[in-house]
Amino acid sequence: MSENNRVFGVSLAMLQEWLDQRIELVIAQLLRAGVLLSAFVVIAGAVLYLAPHPRARVDFHTFHAEPQQLRTVDGVLHTAFGGSAAGIMQLGLLLLIATPITRVGFSIVAFAMEGDRLYVIFTIFVLVILLYSLFGSFLIV
Amino acid sequence: MTALEFTIVVWLGSFLAGFLGALTGLGGGVVVVPMLVLLLGVDIRYAIGASLVSVIATSSGAAAAYVREGYSNIRIGMFLEIATTLGALFGAFLTGHITANAIAVIFGLMLLYSAYVSRRTRPQIEADLPPDPLATTLRLNGSFPDTKGIRHYNVYHVPAGFSIMFGAGTLSGLLGIGSGALKVVAMDQAMKIPFKVSTTTSNFMIGVTAAASAGVYLGRGYIDPALAMPVMLGVLIGSLLGTRVLVKTKTKRLRLVFSLVIVLLGIQMLWKGLTGTL
Repeated sequence: MSENNRVFGVSLAMLQEWLDQRIELVIAQLLRAGVLLSAFVVIAGAVLYLAPHPRARVDFHTFHAEPQQLRTVDGVLHTAFGGSAAGIMQLGLLLLIATPITRVGFSIVAFAMEGDRLYVIFTIFVLVILLYSLFGSFLIV
Repeated sequence: MTALEFTIVVWLGSFLAGFLGALTGLGGGVVVVPMLVLLLGVDIRYAIGASLVSVIATSSGAAAAYVREGYSNIRIGMFLEIATTLGALFGAFLTGHITANAIAVIFGLMLLYSAYVSRRTRPQIEADLPPDPLATTLRLNGSFPDTKGIRHYNVYHVPAGFSIMFGAGTLSGLLGIGSGALKVVAMDQAMKIPFKVSTTTSNFMIGVTAAASAGVYLGRGYIDPALAMPVMLGVLIGSLLGTRVLVKTKTKRLRLVFSLVIVLLGIQMLWKGLTGTL
């Protein structure tokens, strides 16, 4: 067991954890909102996709990569706001991918508020990797 | 199959996978891919793309419930995410450079391993060692509410845990799964973190890890909206329901049955991959 610096019977570590939990709860609420929003957009796209041609044939047996406009953030936004069903579903999925990324962004703010410089740096590093994957991964593909 | 039939079949299958995955704690992602590939003949790259997206949904959707319990340690999570996100990028990179059959072989082995891990009895570790200097510097040691009040714990073997996490991230990016089982092994077995803290922190990390490879998958055209839509909605609703039911059911027999299903799927994936009949 570690000996902690105690002030009025409360250790600094305990105080830090209590604060962590409060912040985490707010972030968790935001995460759930992100998932709900994305599910809603995906369902809207699904209705537009299935309603006009429910009997269209589908084939996922052979892989032939998605069309270019459904593969970039820019392209997805463009096709979705152009009213394409596939574009709207893909926008919903993009919102879902963006949800944990946003959460990492919030964590940077939370750690900064606690004055935890080490963890601000760690979290920024994680955010850079996530943004690189979303916007710059064509460099390694 | 028509678009409507396909959507309904995939939704139902994903719902069941998510429901059983949450109920048994084995995760829904591991059975979604074999279901799509073996039963519906979907190309494995589309299948892992859709599965990965559903992993983000379940992890983020369940976060509030986990945080409220007060077990997760965000410093451990964030520090180890450096390893898992780097691994996930590496795994997603690998997926584009190996054949579909090779992915199936690795997937099969992973299924067999997770079935094995879920059956193994875990020795209760009660380390009473002095705190690890590296873990102290990184502020990883924490505490959580216990029946006997607040329980403190120390974290050990940080480099080993970090390395296993890189591997967990790689598998996640390679196979489109959460690889929660391996994340828990890294924390609970290697780093001696209490089991409850390990599982809840793992859930918190899964979404971020998956997001790191999802970007690469999107760029490569692995994420098909018409397939990912029913998978994501099915797994999400199934797992949220499964978490609700979990408290009221005895899951021992169910875990056994589900492990057997995983073993069968694993053998089949392995066989198809090795014989090149995918």
